[in-house]
Amino acid sequence: MKLAELHEKLIAAARKQPPDDWVPYSFEKRIMARLSTVPKPDEWAMWVRSLWCGAGACVAIALCIGVWSFTPEGDADAAGNFSHDLEQTILASADDGDNAW
Amino acid sequence: MAELPCMEKSDAELIAAVLRGETASFEPLIVKYSPRIFATARRYARRESEVEDIVQEVWTKAFQKLSGFRGDAPFEHWLMRMAVRTCYDFLRQHRRNRETTFTELTEPENDWLDRFVAAPSDASDESAAARQLIERVLAMLSPAARLVITLLEIEDRSVKEIAELTGWSVPLVKVRAFRARAEMKKCLQRIARDKYL
Repeated sequence: MKLAELHEKLIAAARKQPPDDWVPYSFEKRIMARLSTVPKPDEWAMWVRSLWCGAGACVAIALCIGVWSFTPEGDADAAGNFSHDLEQTILASADDGDNAW
Repeated sequence: MAELPCMEKSDAELIAAVLRGETASFEPLIVKYSPRIFATARRYARRESEVEDIVQEVWTKAFQKLSGFRGDAPFEHWLMRMAVRTCYDFLRQHRRNRETTFTELTEPENDWLDRFVAAPSDASDESAAARQLIERVLAMLSPAARLVITLLEIEDRSVKEIAELTGWSVPLVKVRAFRARAEMKKCLQRIARDKYL
């Protein structure tokens, strides 16, 4: 069986016989009646729900940062050295400038 | 006669009226566009009750999301995007009901296939049997494959149009079209195997 030809033939059959577009009697009345009972989405409620989700995440992050900041540092000297080194590095160019004068 | 002026209003005027709270202005839009939505839904659902459910859902969504319609494209395009996506959701929800076997081919379908095998040109593509057979094949495809084959090959839409209707990217449509054709080929191979081997 030539499958490619069968494929073409069946697709051609579907093209030549498009589906009906008839609409059941007074369908629009039924939809309108239904729409009057469908509650409109409350935008405020959606905002409140999203903000609550955001608030939860913010509280979690704040707690993590709080715990981390209150955790005693393992090596205080290392932290002191780091700040000293950082200061040296940043001010290195200024120092070189002074020497040049 | 009281409804006549309403029928003469443009889509934009009717939509503006609905957004102002005049819900009755939505009715002419339903009357105008329901035939197209019914035709679209009938491509994907077999039972008339399912078709009506799909169309009803499309209109409910359209009403609820009408404030999101920006008006930079025709209302019909916006509505058809909603219709196609609702049909796709319907196919995904009913994927378990997909046909899995060709053993129940009807007699006219069998005859049509026999005619095709004997002489492909003799098997008319206008016969009801051919139409039933393509419906059976489409029912076997995955939801994405069925949607792509319907839009690309049966409705003859471009890849870009399909991307706009479905919300998929152009490369994704191309990939899905390639897979859909392969899936359809497998289905046709199954017909051949089940019937002639």
